[in-house]
Amino acid sequence: MQEQQQFKNYHLETRTFSNRVLFTGLLIVGLVLILLARYYSLQIVDYENYATQSDNNRILVQTINPQRGLIFDRDGKLLADNRPSYILSLVPENIASLDETIALLRQLVVVSDKHIQDFYKSLKTNRRPYQPIPLRYRLTEEEIAKIAVNEYRLAGVEVQAQLVRDYPEGDLFAHSIGYVGKINDREWSRFDEEEVRRYQGAHTIGKIGIEKFYEDSLFGEIGYRHVEINARMRVLRTLEQENPVQGEDLSLHLDTRLQKTAFAAMGARRGAVVAIDVKTGGILSIVSSPSYDPNLFVTGISYKDYNALRGSLDIPLFDRAIQGRYPPASTIKPMMGLAGLSEQVISQSYKIFDPGYYQLENDDRLYRDWKRHGHGIVNVHKAIVQSSDTFFYDLAFRMGIDRIHRFGSQFGLGQPTGVDIPSERRGLWPSREWKKRARQLPWFPGDTINVGIGQGFALATPLQLAVMVNTIANRGKHLKPQVVKSIGEEVLPPEVLNYVEIDDRHWDFVFKAMKDVMHAPNGTARRAAKNSSYDMAGKTGTAQVVGIKQNEKYDSEALKERHRDHALFVGFAPYDDPQIAVAVIVENAESGSGSAAPVARKMFDAHLLGQYLEPERVKVKDVKTVGYPIEPFVPFQRGSLAVAQRESP
Amino acid sequence: MSVRQQDFIRRMPEASHDLRRRRSFWRVVHLDPLLLFLLLALTAVGLVVLYSASEGNSSLLRRQVVFFIIAYAGMFTIAQIQLDYFARWSLLFYVGALILLALVLIWGVGAKGAQRWLSLGGFRFQPSEMMKLAMPIAIAAYLSNKTLPPRFKHVFWSLVFVAIPTVLIVRQPDLGTSILVATSGLIVLFYAGLRWSYILTAAALLIASVWPMWHYVLHDYQRQRVLTLFNPEADKLGAGWNIIQSKTAIGSGGVNGKGWLDGTQSHLDFLPESHTDFIIAVLAEEFGFVGVVALLGFYLLIIARGLMIAVNAQDSFRRLLAGSITLTFFVYVFVNIGMVSGLLPVVGVPLPLVSLGGTSLVTLMLGFGLLMGISTEPRRISTNR
Repeated sequence: MQEQQQFKNYHLETRTFSNRVLFTGLLIVGLVLILLARYYSLQIVDYENYATQSDNNRILVQTINPQRGLIFDRDGKLLADNRPSYILSLVPENIASLDETIALLRQLVVVSDKHIQDFYKSLKTNRRPYQPIPLRYRLTEEEIAKIAVNEYRLAGVEVQAQLVRDYPEGDLFAHSIGYVGKINDREWSRFDEEEVRRYQGAHTIGKIGIEKFYEDSLFGEIGYRHVEINARMRVLRTLEQENPVQGEDLSLHLDTRLQKTAFAAMGARRGAVVAIDVKTGGILSIVSSPSYDPNLFVTGISYKDYNALRGSLDIPLFDRAIQGRYPPASTIKPMMGLAGLSEQVISQSYKIFDPGYYQLENDDRLYRDWKRHGHGIVNVHKAIVQSSDTFFYDLAFRMGIDRIHRFGSQFGLGQPTGVDIPSERRGLWPSREWKKRARQLPWFPGDTINVGIGQGFALATPLQLAVMVNTIANRGKHLKPQVVKSIGEEVLPPEVLNYVEIDDRHWDFVFKAMKDVMHAPNGTARRAAKNSSYDMAGKTGTAQVVGIKQNEKYDSEALKERHRDHALFVGFAPYDDPQIAVAVIVENAESGSGSAAPVARKMFDAHLLGQYLEPERVKVKDVKTVGYPIEPFVPFQRGSLAVAQRESP
Repeated sequence: MSVRQQDFIRRMPEASHDLRRRRSFWRVVHLDPLLLFLLLALTAVGLVVLYSASEGNSSLLRRQVVFFIIAYAGMFTIAQIQLDYFARWSLLFYVGALILLALVLIWGVGAKGAQRWLSLGGFRFQPSEMMKLAMPIAIAAYLSNKTLPPRFKHVFWSLVFVAIPTVLIVRQPDLGTSILVATSGLIVLFYAGLRWSYILTAAALLIASVWPMWHYVLHDYQRQRVLTLFNPEADKLGAGWNIIQSKTAIGSGGVNGKGWLDGTQSHLDFLPESHTDFIIAVLAEEFGFVGVVALLGFYLLIIARGLMIAVNAQDSFRRLLAGSITLTFFVYVFVNIGMVSGLLPVVGVPLPLVSLGGTSLVTLMLGFGLLMGISTEPRRISTNR
């Protein structure tokens, strides 16, 4: 083109313009085709995908939580209830300034820094817009009223009702029934697909005790509601509903009145009481003292309360009845006597001379009797009634550990009892194999001798001792201990684990010996059985907490209180037709006859004569605390607190 | 009647020098029947979709009908004005709009951190809308006096004309409108025969400037929009929400759609901005791919008619103006439909004649008024040069 052109070239202009219009026309057609391709791809190629997404948007599948089953004691008294509780939730999308709203709420109701922390934590997790996030649980009537009055200033603040577990008996059943609590991150991460589905709408899960063991029955089956919602999560209509199956109610063998009697008999002392219904193996009472209020855990325990419980020297969170491992001490002597008679190592009239100690050949170590100068000439009857150690040292040595192990196992020693409370410990009923495996050491004859009087390696939980004495009371019928009597309509039958085959003569003989422990003038527990209107049978025990060195007299005064001997007792009543078998341990109470047997007597009187006692409750908050953090007091073995500590708030 | 008024009101056909064409009703009223029919049809479609999007909110719909009436009245009025008048006073329009744009930055009101409106005694308007018309008129008038294709000097001044208001609008900030305003001016340059060598050089420079633009010019929220375009899933509930929901609405419409008033995405409020910028998602959801094709068909016909008018116009000014108005209209359509379907970043561009909105509708119809004027103007026997 000529650079100097001064005049307009109309033909050129028109032609250029027409060309350019043609060009843009083609461009437009091309771009429109691109748009069409895009919509074709969205609407036709990926239609299914987007149609599903659109349905997912508007159709919300809500889970309908079933009502958790209730728990009743043997007389139909309610032990675990569901009560409405009010939750304060926020819908951040409807709130202009979260900080301002929370600040305003703090003027009206109690909102701790932890609540706010938890709130922001849930806010960060994946959620749909307009889904309410809880800030505070358990609003009081007054707090609800305050929020209602200020509603106009609290856009996006909601108060929702929800059923929350309640334990009307407080600390009476903390260890046995346990409690439910908020599902924590660790539990979520362990859930399988089915559990994730079940708990997605749930707030709590059984954490310990019956609540945990029977979680499946108590929880029921969740239902579903398909609802149409809008983008603000407002439900417009229900499209479809599948009702939940409510959780099943549980009836327990536990007797609230007997439970109270046990607490009353224990008072402020540490220890455990287990009472079993002889005929069924049903647990009438199971107490670990001191206890705590399980209601604290349901909606999340405060750090202060939790530290008080955790830091307490008395370790109230620890379930002594199924987790405390104590040397069974002399309480196993009746069982040992039965073993000797049954295995024909001794006869009913077999006698030895007890000089106050026992000594193995070619060994200068002395195994001392608790009675300094001995019991003189003793047979097995006298050895049980007066609790001669020397007789049982001799018997154990002559039986050998293998037979002792086999026989004791039949009474449940060293075995899990199979009780329907989670996390029981199995104690220790030693054997050669065990020692080789656990200690990499051969079995020495001296080991056998200690086991003969329930010391040395032998350890048992109070529940195991109760099962052992119950098996004796049942003349060899070893029943599984059960807390739950029936689930819904279904009654759980007694379960026999095994029979211990022993000649009736020997049963009669040992029963008589156990009766004489209680009623004979020289019986070790005669004071506990004074003025009874029925006959009972039993055996005392005194468990050493620390080993006594050779040739050293045990001087309890010189030791700290916590290192004193534990007092034990096992027994059953009535003698002719056993109804109730009891095991009692009172920590650091020194004397089985003086401290533990009277507790059992009160349990017998309550169950057989209706002489129930009311405890003076030791309030959890009054329990002495030693601050935090603390190395907790470990009674016997390292790690025995492990289960109690694993519960975090 | 003064001379000026005579100039202002177009000469009556009987006074016309056009001897080749017969006077018809349409020529008397200065309306292009085909274009008018297409616009009315599209308006009807728009109201039907808007009715669904507004969920029977009749006050909203009534307001839109009032805007349509105003817009059509404006179109009719503009069509009566002789085109030469616009050419003569183009600089004044341009400078006036420019001053108002400058005032917006000082006294403007607005929302969401943008300052786009001028408020005069309770009446609010957007000077950037005025610029949408003032710009192509000014550039077309400027270039039509020069020899075409434009020489470098004229290209340079044209670009300055384009750049000043564009920068002012970007500062509001309103990226969508500034792009449209700049485009309407650049299109004039293009139709004027801007040399391909210039165009390719500019394109190369543009590509080279992407990096500095990204880092120094774009606002955070604008960057966010572009990032969201490429990966809407990254922020499902935040910036990505709009795009995910509009794509879901479009996709779930399938071939035939869910039926009028039965779109769940829009009726259950999942789709944001469903009566304004994202309204095509409502149409796509309720009328499916068929509906989208039909809508694009209407737009294509309007554009085709616009380009025909441009090609048949009698001089450079009219040609350039008609071409620019038509092509800018297409840019609206393309950017809106592209952004709603996730093809382009979300810039605030309404779907012409369908989206709810007063000011932009009026501007648009005024533009069509100019087109109608060009189309029905009596042809003068060329006397000048």
